[in-house]
Amino acid sequence: MIEIENLSVKRGGQTIVRGVGTRLEGGKIHAIIGPNGTGKTTLLRAIFGDLPIEQGVVRIGNKTISATGRRKLSDWREHIAYMPQDTGADVALTVLEVVVLGRLGKLSLHIDDETLEMAMDRLNQAGIGHLAGRDIASLSGGQRQMALFAQVLMRQPKVMLLDEPVSALDLKHQVSLLDVVRRETRANGWVTLVVLHDLNLACQYADNLLVIADGTLQASGPPKEIMTPDLVNRTYGIHVEVLHDRRGNPVVQPVGNIHEISSEDQISPANEGMLA
Amino acid sequence: MTIPTSNAEAIGAHRARERRRWRTVLIFLALMAASFVLDIATGPSMLSPAEVLRSLTGLGERAPMTDSIVRSLRLPMALMALVVGAALGAGGAQMQTILNNPMASPYTLGMAAAAGFGAALVLAVGGLGLSAMIAVPLGAFVFSMLAAFFLFMLASMRRMNTETIILGGIALLFLFQSLLSLIQFLSSPELSQQILFWLFGSLTKATWPTLTLTTVVTLVCCIVLMADSWKLAALRMGEMRAASLGVNVRFLRMKVLVIVAIMTATATSFVGVIGFIGLVAPHIARMTVGEDQRYFLPMSVISGALMLSAASVLSKSIIPGALFPVGIVTAIVGVPFLLWLIFAPRRRT
Repeated sequence: MIEIENLSVKRGGQTIVRGVGTRLEGGKIHAIIGPNGTGKTTLLRAIFGDLPIEQGVVRIGNKTISATGRRKLSDWREHIAYMPQDTGADVALTVLEVVVLGRLGKLSLHIDDETLEMAMDRLNQAGIGHLAGRDIASLSGGQRQMALFAQVLMRQPKVMLLDEPVSALDLKHQVSLLDVVRRETRANGWVTLVVLHDLNLACQYADNLLVIADGTLQASGPPKEIMTPDLVNRTYGIHVEVLHDRRGNPVVQPVGNIHEISSEDQISPANEGMLA
Repeated sequence: MTIPTSNAEAIGAHRARERRRWRTVLIFLALMAASFVLDIATGPSMLSPAEVLRSLTGLGERAPMTDSIVRSLRLPMALMALVVGAALGAGGAQMQTILNNPMASPYTLGMAAAAGFGAALVLAVGGLGLSAMIAVPLGAFVFSMLAAFFLFMLASMRRMNTETIILGGIALLFLFQSLLSLIQFLSSPELSQQILFWLFGSLTKATWPTLTLTTVVTLVCCIVLMADSWKLAALRMGEMRAASLGVNVRFLRMKVLVIVAIMTATATSFVGVIGFIGLVAPHIARMTVGEDQRYFLPMSVISGALMLSAASVLSKSIIPGALFPVGIVTAIVGVPFLLWLIFAPRRRT
C-alpha cells in the first residue's frame, strides 16, 4: 500500500502539486486523470523520489519520504518500477538487451539462460517477442513503448508507476498492454499507479480514479461512483454525457466545449443513459 | 494475432549475436597485434616482422643490434601507442555515454587543451625547481584535472543537464586554447617551438617508467569502468529510465568523469595532445558491436589502441627516415574517417 499525506511538490520554483492525500491499495490499478499540465507526472515523479517534496509524506510499507526525511534513493526505489513518458531510446541495444536491463541490480557480466528466458517471457507477454533481436532504435514509437513496458515487468516491482504508457499505442495494443497491467497487478498484489488521458480506458481498467486539476485532488474513488458529467465539466471544462457499458463501467462521450454549448444543449442528469 | 516467438529460438539468436561480437573483438585484437609488430618494424632502419617477433620472443637467431633497436628504442614507443590509444578510446567512449552525446570526448571538452596549457605554462615559467621531465607532464596533468574538476562541478549541480556540461566543456576548450596562444605570443621563438613540439603529441617521449605508470592507471580505470557496465548501458537509455532501473545517475556520472579524467590526463601528460581517437574509437565500437558495454568498452579500448598504433606506423612511413608527430597524423587521418563514419550507412547490431 502507498499512503500519501498532504503532499505538495515544487518544480521549477512553482508548487505544482498541492496537499494531495490518498491511500493506494495493493492488487489494484489506480489511474490518475486530469488536464495537461496539472501535476499528474509531477505527482508520479515525487512518489518515485525524483522531485523534492515541499510538504507532506509518502509511505510505502515501512519506508517513508518527506520534505525533511529523504531516504537513500536506491533503497526507496528498490521495489518501485517507473516508466517515464519519454519513449526515446537512441541506443545501439537490441530489444532483448533492453528488457534484460530490467534486472540491472542482479546482472553479472554473463547473462544466464534463466534471465534471457525471463526476458523473453516478458516480451511475449507484451506481444513483441518477435522483435527480440531488433535494434530498439529501429522500432516505431509504439513498439518501443511495448519494449520499455516489458522492461518494467522484468523488474518484478511491488509498486508500478506508469506515465501515459499507452500514448503511442494503437487501440489493440492499448488494450493488450492494460490487460497485462491488470493481470500482473492482481496476481502479484502490486500497487499500480498509471497516468491515462483516455477517460474511457481509465474507467474500464482502473479500480480507483484519482482526478487531478490545478495540482489538487478533485475526487477519488471507483469510476462507477465518481465519474459524472459534472466532475468532467469541472475538471476539463467540457460537457459530456456519461453512459454505461454492459458491465456498468462509465463511458464518457464529449458533446461540446463549455464555451460553445448553447443553453438547450446543456446536459441534465436525465441525459445520462445506458449504452444499448 | 502475433505468434509468440519461441524462447529457445530467440535465446539462440542472442547467443549467436554474442559470439559474432566476440569474433569482431578478436579480429580487431589481431589487427592491433599486427599493427604493433609493424610499428616496431618501421623506422629509420626497417626490420622484417619476423625479425621483430624473434627479438620480442627471444627465440631464433638475432643480431644484437636488432635486439637493441626493438627492445630499447621501439618497444616502449609501440607499447605507449597501444596504451595511450586504449586510454583515449575508453575515455571517449565513457564521456559519450555519461553525456549521452556522440561529440563528447576528452579532447572536445577541453581537457586536452587544458593539458596543453599546463605544459606550456611550465615550459614558459619553469617547474618550481623540478626537472622538465617531471614538471611538464605534471603541469599538463594538473591543468587537465582542473578542467575535469570544472566539468565535475557542473555535473554535480542539480539543475545542470548534459547539454550544459558539454557547453561548459566547449567553453573550456576555447579558454585554454586562447590562453595557450597568449603564452606562445609572449614567448621567444625557441620557447614557442618547444611548446609547439609538445602540443603535437609524440610517442618519442615514452620511457619505461612513464609507460608503466600509464599502463597501470589505464588498466585499473578500465576495470573499474567495466564493473559499472550495466549501469552505463542503462544510462544510454536516458537519465529517467536509468534512474527508474535503480541507477544513481548523478553519482555514476561524477564517478565516471573522475575516472576518465585521471586516465586521459595521465596519458596526455606523457605524450602530448592527441585528438580524434577519443572521438572516433567509440564510434567504431558502436558500429561493430553495439552499446552493450560488455563489448562496447573493450572494443573502444582496442579500436583506440589500433588507431594510435596505425597512426604511429603512418607517422614513420610518410617520409622514410623522418618522424612526423603522431598527433598530426591522427588528426589528418581522423577527419576523413570521421566523415566516412557520419555518411556510411549504419550497421545494425
